Amino acid sequence: MESKAVRILVAKPGLDGHDRGAKVVAYALRDAGMEVVYTGLRRTTDEIVKAAIDEDVDVIGLSILSGAHLSLTQKVIEGLKAAGCADEIAVVVGGTIPPRDVESLENIGAAAVFPTGTPLSAIAPKIREIVTARRQQHESR
Amino acid sequence: MKPSDTEMEQAGSLLTDGLRSSATGQTFTDAEKRWRERLSSKTLTPARTSSGLELDVVYTPESIRHLDPLADIGLPGEYPFTRGVQPTMYRGRIWTMRQYSGFGTAHESNQRYKWLLEQGQTGISVALDLPTQLGLDSDDPQAVDDVGRVGVAIDTLADMETLFAGIPIDSVSTSFTINSTAAILLAMYLTVAERQGVAPEKITGTIQNDILKEYVARGTWIFPPEPSLRLIVDTIEYCIKHAPRFNSISVAGAHFRDAGATAVQELAFTLADAITYVECCRNRGLEVDKFAPLISFYFYTHNDLFEEVAKYRAGRRLWARLMRERFGARDPRAMMFRFGVVCGGSTLTAQQPQNNIVRVAYQALASVLGGAQSVFTAAWDEAFAIPTEQTAELALRTQQVLAYETGVANVADPLGGSYFIEALTDRIEREALSIIERIDRLGGMVSCIQSGLIQKEIAMEAYRHQQRIEHGEQVVVGVNKFAREEPERQQLQLWELDPAVGDRQRQELARVKAQRDNRAVSAALKNLRDAARSNHSMMPPILEAVRAYASIGEICGVLREEFGTFEEPASI
Repeated sequence: MESKAVRILVAKPGLDGHDRGAKVVAYALRDAGMEVVYTGLRRTTDEIVKAAIDEDVDVIGLSILSGAHLSLTQKVIEGLKAAGCADEIAVVVGGTIPPRDVESLENIGAAAVFPTGTPLSAIAPKIREIVTARRQQHESR
Repeated sequence: MKPSDTEMEQAGSLLTDGLRSSATGQTFTDAEKRWRERLSSKTLTPARTSSGLELDVVYTPESIRHLDPLADIGLPGEYPFTRGVQPTMYRGRIWTMRQYSGFGTAHESNQRYKWLLEQGQTGISVALDLPTQLGLDSDDPQAVDDVGRVGVAIDTLADMETLFAGIPIDSVSTSFTINSTAAILLAMYLTVAERQGVAPEKITGTIQNDILKEYVARGTWIFPPEPSLRLIVDTIEYCIKHAPRFNSISVAGAHFRDAGATAVQELAFTLADAITYVECCRNRGLEVDKFAPLISFYFYTHNDLFEEVAKYRAGRRLWARLMRERFGARDPRAMMFRFGVVCGGSTLTAQQPQNNIVRVAYQALASVLGGAQSVFTAAWDEAFAIPTEQTAELALRTQQVLAYETGVANVADPLGGSYFIEALTDRIEREALSIIERIDRLGGMVSCIQSGLIQKEIAMEAYRHQQRIEHGEQVVVGVNKFAREEPERQQLQLWELDPAVGDRQRQELARVKAQRDNRAVSAALKNLRDAARSNHSMMPPILEAVRAYASIGEICGVLREEFGTFEEPASI
């Protein structure tokens, strides 16, 4: 059975303006057959949650290089929970993430963390795995 | 032993037209032809520079036959400045060692600056936090997560006073990486200098004040291009009159480069931005010989050593020619391409991070061989976080070893005259000029930015670069070659932000607001609004507002209401 293409919102929360990583990842995911929406810079976490729901995406990919990844990720996940969408929309995080924070992000609820140095070739398969698992869970309910 | 005149003539002719050896009687051209025929039977790995320029296996007098030793290469300190902007280069004065630094509140950053100066740093480079760069106060809901993170938080003049407490402004040159809010930070710095009793004409340093590359690569824009450019010309005009030794704009290519541009694109886009600023100043009626000496440049030095050296040499020549031929500059200072560099950035790897020490050292070497005026060497742990005191010290020592132990500072432009370097300098100049001409045909840099063209080209280049790494076509040691498991990475001792910083900064802002004269603030803000609506300079009312301890958010709030904000074009 052919599955529906994965839809992902690549988002830049907070005030950080470095978007090289976000754009490179967006290109790579698009080349991997996913439907990619890019928010542009400086979105509030509320705007990101709303855009993700409006665009009906499977995943939000947050790109953060300012060091504010813990609080921003938490706010997005809380926003999804408040909107009742935390089960439908997974959150993954990339950027300048010190090794010690990877586990903290996962504890907050990030489905995957892609710190600086993650190869592009590792990102699409991981996202696809997350989405497939969630879709199966959903169907079995 | 000094060579005789005849020997000098022969040497000269070998480099240029004759190409006949007096020792053997054969011409170099014939010898090279024979040599190349021999070469054709051998297999050669193809080589390109990081910008994709194809490289010969060796360079010879033939490679630079078309270059004029005087008109194209010349002498240091003389037009077209290919060999350097000063005649003595580092024999006159070693480059400025200026480590980009700042975090937390002004108090913490002030301590770090004093420590860096004690370690032998010769200038201060202020990193500001994102709310300050975006004209938001620390108590703005949008700012909450970013206060004091990537730089120091500055809300009012009081913070700037703390930042420079005990640091004599007349004896240290300070660079501010600040763009949208550059006029406000400049006003604060001038006011602090005034209160330290330092005359404005004595102040040296730089504000980046380069908005165009923010739209493309760094993202700290606020207003649309037109009012932003107006603010920039206001600051340049003000500095010409009042702080003539202060560089009121530093046109930065560094951020294009770190966003993915090649070395050639970096140079071309930067000069295209600079051309826009020159045109704006001329439209204001400023004389090119008056304002152009205040323009400086800022670039990233990445790993391709000879290409970086050639990039800086080509930049000097191209800028001098543009200023003289296109803009009619007469004062040599108006043609000088003075530049600072940063080493590190996107070339740093999270894998085997201590390899970054070596990368940065080579990059610093290339910068100095290229004739940089100031150098910032990033610390090896900046792939993860702001450096610790220990890693910041090693980064500074890297430059000090280069300056005082290796001998590279003894001779101006030591690679000048190398067939390869001269040929590559020439090639980069031509490539960059052709990109500039294309931007001109498309209506100039502002329209190329508004259409998202430059953003797209850079993003595509970044993607191609990443793919080359992942396909192993571009080697990155420790990443796609010589990689290994690194369990020790979990144990890195990294810098951490004191979580109380945001609250401390907000308390300080509340204290200042409670103690200041609010009527003076309102009056100044009204004057600023009037100036924004007229065609008068906004610098005087900004200075007035700063002196009254108006906050950066209040000042930018007025300008946001008057000018609106930039709409980011789709760029992927």
